[in-house]
Amino acid sequence: MLEISDLSARVAGKEILTGVNLKVNAGEVHAIMGPNGSGKSTLAQVLAGREDYEVTRGSVTFEGRDLLSMRAEERARAGLFLGFQYPVEIPGVNNVYLLKAALNAKRKAAGEPEVDAYEFLALIRQKMKFMQMSEAFLSRGVNEGFSGGEKKRNEVLQMLVLEPKLAILDETDSGLDIDALKVVSTGVNSLRGPQRAVVLVTHYQRLLDYVIPDQVHVLSGGRIVKSGDKTLAQELERRGYDWVMESRVA
Amino acid sequence: MSTKSQEVEALVGQKYRHGFVTDIESDSLPPGLDEGVVAAISKKKDEPKFLLDWRLKAFRHWRTMKEPNWAHVHYKPIDYQDISYYSAPRAPANAPKSLDEVDPKLLATYAKLGIPLHERARLAGVAVDAVFDSVSVATTFKEKLGKAGVIFCSFSDAVRNHPDLIERYLGMVVPPTDNFFAALNSAVFSDGSFVYVPAGVRCPMELSTYFRINAAKTGQFERTLIIAAEGASVSYLEGCTAPMRDENQLHAAVVELVALDDSQIKYSTVQNWYPGDENGLGGIYNFVTKRGECRGRNSKISWTQVETGSAITWKYPSCVLKGENSIGEFYSVAVANNYQQADTGTKMIHIGRNTKSTIVSKGISAGHAQNTYRGLVKILPSAAGARNFTQCDSLLMGPQCAAHTFPYMEVKNPTATVEHEASTSKIGEDQLFYCLQRGISAEDAVNMIVSGFCKVVFKELPMEFAVEAQNLLSVSLEGAVG
Repeated sequence: MLEISDLSARVAGKEILTGVNLKVNAGEVHAIMGPNGSGKSTLAQVLAGREDYEVTRGSVTFEGRDLLSMRAEERARAGLFLGFQYPVEIPGVNNVYLLKAALNAKRKAAGEPEVDAYEFLALIRQKMKFMQMSEAFLSRGVNEGFSGGEKKRNEVLQMLVLEPKLAILDETDSGLDIDALKVVSTGVNSLRGPQRAVVLVTHYQRLLDYVIPDQVHVLSGGRIVKSGDKTLAQELERRGYDWVMESRVA
Repeated sequence: MSTKSQEVEALVGQKYRHGFVTDIESDSLPPGLDEGVVAAISKKKDEPKFLLDWRLKAFRHWRTMKEPNWAHVHYKPIDYQDISYYSAPRAPANAPKSLDEVDPKLLATYAKLGIPLHERARLAGVAVDAVFDSVSVATTFKEKLGKAGVIFCSFSDAVRNHPDLIERYLGMVVPPTDNFFAALNSAVFSDGSFVYVPAGVRCPMELSTYFRINAAKTGQFERTLIIAAEGASVSYLEGCTAPMRDENQLHAAVVELVALDDSQIKYSTVQNWYPGDENGLGGIYNFVTKRGECRGRNSKISWTQVETGSAITWKYPSCVLKGENSIGEFYSVAVANNYQQADTGTKMIHIGRNTKSTIVSKGISAGHAQNTYRGLVKILPSAAGARNFTQCDSLLMGPQCAAHTFPYMEVKNPTATVEHEASTSKIGEDQLFYCLQRGISAEDAVNMIVSGFCKVVFKELPMEFAVEAQNLLSVSLEGAVG
């Protein structure tokens, strides 16, 4: 589904990614871990098409298409979803309105008719219940005045409504208490399926207790320095990141 | 160059949608202004002597006045002798008696503007008075309004049929000597709308006036006077368009509102005069004096404006809060793109006890535009317990535009409460990217973010026009993000 080879990118003249190689197949869940400043968020942003990041080398294909030549909104419509680490507030723009516009943009790109307002509301109510969100959410502005946890739940809610093929979740677990973490994990797990893939960018192993990854990668210095199965995450939790870097040098 | 900015370039090329010229014979006075012209206008309209005298007094005073230069706008001096002060579509005989007699070309013009004048048309439930260049061409729903006792007609008709009301109220709120442009208007105004809602009557429908400048080298100087008697209420909306011309055209209107005891006037404007092209050539100079007086206790005047057009906007819809417990409101969205200059705001003059005012101003600047909020909150010693809340927010799109805020406050009563909040923000790259990542196009995303920014003001517009205002906003700003 996603194939990244030798991807390098810089922002404001500074090289952040220095040759990332990664292959994610449909049906898989990958976790990307690594210390602060290792380039995890940059990788997520580059894949989503943020223009501030300049790709200097390498290629990315998404379902056989050249992802890097697509604009951010085209990537989204093609089924790539980014759950933001810091979801932005858009005052005065209703949550439901944004979500409906997003869903319709995607349907339009796929040649499908716009969603019926009534059905949409029913859908969103159902997903909200699943994510244990209050009805008040319907009338509020996008992330306006939301707590950190509410923002993350909202990201997952959007993901569930948009049903992306590839979901990249950038530290969706950070700042969540244990109950919220469980809800968010349940949401992510509900999206798992043979046609979809999930990339979890995370700092901690605890999310991976609830969303079991097929592969775990360690990103350091802008490239993937170690890959393994879920036991790698447990080892990282126990031993920290230093041993990975040391073993790499050795 | 990023794809985003290329898209922007392409989108900025969007055209003003009301820029056509109607080819119609008109009866115009030659350019120039002196007492003879003032008298000629008055004669053409067959006015009573008091009105001629009133005009001449205004004209004589105007000649002693200087054009104001304190606003944050720049333009070449206006040659007041090079403007024609009267232009009317030439009717075959006398003025049309019913819509069927109105020149079909004129009806077609209004249809093109989306304002069908036929009463069975789309805007059912909204009475429309249409002013073309200097004269009012048609007022719809006269009968239905008449049954309710509401007078809604062109200013000229009001002079003919209700001279007593005109003599009593004309200039009561904006005296003919008030300011340079108001004095000019008082001398040469040719038509406009008149509304009188008698005591205890709730006007049964929205009233609306559409102003259209058509003839070249013509100024438009209309006058609107709205009176809500005791316990009456009325909601009124004006809309404006003009053809695209390379030269600038002057529009200097005066609007006066009088609210007596327990009455309410809601005045909404969707201003879409031709703003000039992307290089700043042409466009309307909009120098307008709008003022309402809450004369009676518990009266309320509410101004809502969406200003997207004009090369220059100079207007400060104001409220004089005389009556005890009276309320003044001002909700404004002012958009300036390309080389547009907007200097707009309000004045809230608190005279009566426990008077209350609210100001919400949203300024949006794009391109090379300059957008200024200028407001005055004045609390006189008599205004015990007066309260004001002001909120001014500016949104900048792109690096070359600017926003300015000049809030003046004069508080002369210690029991008054005055609050002011202000913010300036750039349309966030983060907000934009968030929307893009959800699959929403850049254009839709900008519209969404801007509409969100303006939401509190749009909420104040009559329902039928809120949608129109939102559309207008997106047309004005198409691709303006950079």
